[in-house]
Amino acid sequence: MTEQVTIRNAMSSDFDAVIDLDLVGDPQEKPAYWRGIFDRYVASGRAGSIFLVAEFNGDVIGFIVGEVRAWEFGSPPCGWVFALSVSPKHREMGVGQLMLEEMCKRLKKAGVTTVRTMVDRENKLTLSFFRSQGMRTGRYIELEKLIDDI
Amino acid sequence: MKIQKASLFALYAVLELASDPERQLSATDIADKYGVSTHHLAKILRTLVRSKLVQAVRGAGGGYRFTGVINRTTLLDVIELFETLESELDTPSPGDHAGDAIIEELQSITREIDDLTKAVLDTITLETALNSSRLRAKL
Repeated sequence: MTEQVTIRNAMSSDFDAVIDLDLVGDPQEKPAYWRGIFDRYVASGRAGSIFLVAEFNGDVIGFIVGEVRAWEFGSPPCGWVFALSVSPKHREMGVGQLMLEEMCKRLKKAGVTTVRTMVDRENKLTLSFFRSQGMRTGRYIELEKLIDDI
Repeated sequence: MKIQKASLFALYAVLELASDPERQLSATDIADKYGVSTHHLAKILRTLVRSKLVQAVRGAGGGYRFTGVINRTTLLDVIELFETLESELDTPSPGDHAGDAIIEELQSITREIDDLTKAVLDTITLETALNSSRLRAKL
């Protein structure tokens, strides 16, 4: 099936399809967030800001968003993937792999040699996917605390 | 964290058998390949058979073969057949001790370590571990 999947840059007309795919993984609707992502990653055409979709038979069946970030947390320029989704009907067919490979090609072209992501530790499906693509725990450790008691 | 020998030997056996589910291997075949005791491995294989990850094939040319789901079974699934992966912190249970706050803090830290360990092992499937091993072998 993957031979018939096209990975292409996202377009403004993909907005509703991306929102629907996002709702599969997270039932919380966040149209304002996605409007901002489309403005910054689709309309702006900034180098190093990459928003791709996977298309099959004219339907958008997946998306991935990433960018090059430099010197956050003291890290040299590095690629970040911060959103990824594949329609449940089209999972385990290599669609996520195709999108991540294209993302990595673009990030490499943009001048970075490392790609990072962050995933909720309870999200076994997505964690297992990134691990299957060769990703490992990185050198930065995420820390957090509740601040409502201050 | 220290993985017990039984878990480690089970991972050897499961990964070896899962690398070619059509193939049957004896306990000795696997033990020789990894330099471990056949006797110990045979006991572990019995547990793996009971868990349905492995099937024992009887008769001439018999042995063991993998019958699990390679892209659904994680390293933690195998390890938890043999141990719980809870850090051993040999402290008294919190109660009426003056040092309760320190004891609880240390227990909280070991829980944090255990959670991270499990989060890693529970997201590496046998398929991913085998693919990474094959890439490593090519280097």
